[in-house]
Amino acid sequence: MELTLTLNGKKMSRLIEPGVLLLDFLRGEGCCSVKRGCETSNCGLCTVFLDDVPVLSCSILAARVQGRRVTTLEGLRQEAEELATFIAAQGAEQCGFCNPGFMMNAIALLREKEEPTVEEIRAYLAGNLCRCSGYEGQLRGILAFIEWRKKKRGGAQ
Amino acid sequence: MIGIRDYKRAATLEEAYQLNQKRGNRLLGGMLWLKLSRNSVQTAIDIGGLGLDKIEETNEGLRLGAMVTLRQIELDEKLQTYGGGAFREAVGRIVGVQFRNLATLGGSIYGRFGFSDVLTLFLALDAEVCLYKRGRVPLRDYAALPYDRDIITHLLLPKAAPLAVAYRSARLTKTDFPLLTCACAVKSDALQIAVGARPGKALLLSGLEKYAGRRLDEEEIEEIAHHAATTVPTGSNTRGSAAYRTHLVQVLCARALRDCFRKEDGCGADADS
Ligand SMILES: Cc1cc2nc3c(=O)[nH]c(=O)nc-3n(C[C@H](O)[C@H](O)[C@H](O)COP(=O)(O)OP(=O)(O)OC[C@H]3O[C@@H](n4cnc5c(N)ncnc54)[C@H](O)[C@@H]3O)c2cc1C
Ligand code: FES
Ligand code: FES
Repeated sequence: MELTLTLNGKKMSRLIEPGVLLLDFLRGEGCCSVKRGCETSNCGLCTVFLDDVPVLSCSILAARVQGRRVTTLEGLRQEAEELATFIAAQGAEQCGFCNPGFMMNAIALLREKEEPTVEEIRAYLAGNLCRCSGYEGQLRGILAFIEWRKKKRGGAQ
Repeated sequence: MIGIRDYKRAATLEEAYQLNQKRGNRLLGGMLWLKLSRNSVQTAIDIGGLGLDKIEETNEGLRLGAMVTLRQIELDEKLQTYGGGAFREAVGRIVGVQFRNLATLGGSIYGRFGFSDVLTLFLALDAEVCLYKRGRVPLRDYAALPYDRDIITHLLLPKAAPLAVAYRSARLTKTDFPLLTCACAVKSDALQIAVGARPGKALLLSGLEKYAGRRLDEEEIEEIAHHAATTVPTGSNTRGSAAYRTHLVQVLCARALRDCFRKEDGCGADADS
């Protein structure tokens, strides 16, 4: 069947198998940031945006995104790079495998809410599992990023 | 991994219904459970284009489409007005935001899962299930029906919102399946308590008539919680023993009832299980 979508800002049409998962479709298109982790809808590694809303690409058929916008980390370069600097500065990553899914969901949160509380951050990111880090470094990184962004937007008073 | 041979985006409910009568075919909700529970599907039937993704106020009550996601339920203001923090509390611990952006109300109710937070809350709220062919069925009856090939189009919540609603669950870790769930709804003429994840399917407590329509004091709350613990059947699984669950029935019922009466005073705190 034919699938038409906008992937990372580019409109495209492809012939796909009806049963292909969005995860496999995206990796086939070279979006290697999208990782296959648990594949049981538990880990958040495969997070992408569907019309700006974070979803698990391992759990949705590519056929269902007909006519819609899909964004992966590859499509969020600057936004992702800024946040990544703060995460790295906290030594929050070890193997880094969880990072793309984590970044996607953290960006979704930071777009929804300017200044989330610690509790809100924890709740929003509860579906992103990391087997190495213990989450505290990532939390510190996000909080530091929020502070930096606030200063930047407020004209660095 | 699930193998899906064909995919069809239904143009009408009738088309979806006809396709769904074939044994190998399956309706798609969010597909999260389906993906884990079946190896192969002939035709996956998508009802995502039929406008079933809305939460609306109607003459008969609040109407939630089957394709409404758990995340919508968590955030919708009409539902927060209707049930206070209970909706958020009931669905907000289910896996993660990305999961809840996909998982649907229709799939959750059709599944009638033993562990279901969703079933527990909607039972206590006296919801009705709207089925494409069969029409309206009280959720308490639907929960006992065998799985069939009809389509859930909506869930309907009674027009008169309860005076107070509270939801409590116990989990081994924050986003795990619940070990026990409990929802209470205080109405002007009834008190409804549902207990789920026993680990069996959620059920409504009987024998509460004498507590209906009035404030309950601490002694009565303890009495009801004790009644729940002695009448709700529990069982054991890898998450907990029957004895532990029975203990939790008593604790969560009492806490949820206290939440309700605190809320009636306008100073209710959200549950922290
Ligand atoms: C890893 C995991 C963890 C979970 N944890 C919890 C939890 O802690 N608490 C909780 O309450 N739930 C939990 N769930 C269940 C989840 O919340 C959903 O209830 C479940 O995924 C079903 O919803 P769905 O939209 O994914 O349905 P699907 O998987 O798409 O469908 C499930 C079944 O319902 C049928 N169906 C779908 N829509 C309709 C309809 N409109 N009419 C008739 N039949 C229909 C499908 O054909 C299928 O047979 C969990 C599920 C998973 C996979
Ligand atoms: S691979 Fe999608 S949630 Fe784990
Ligand atoms: S850094 Fe290894 S899984 Fe998160």
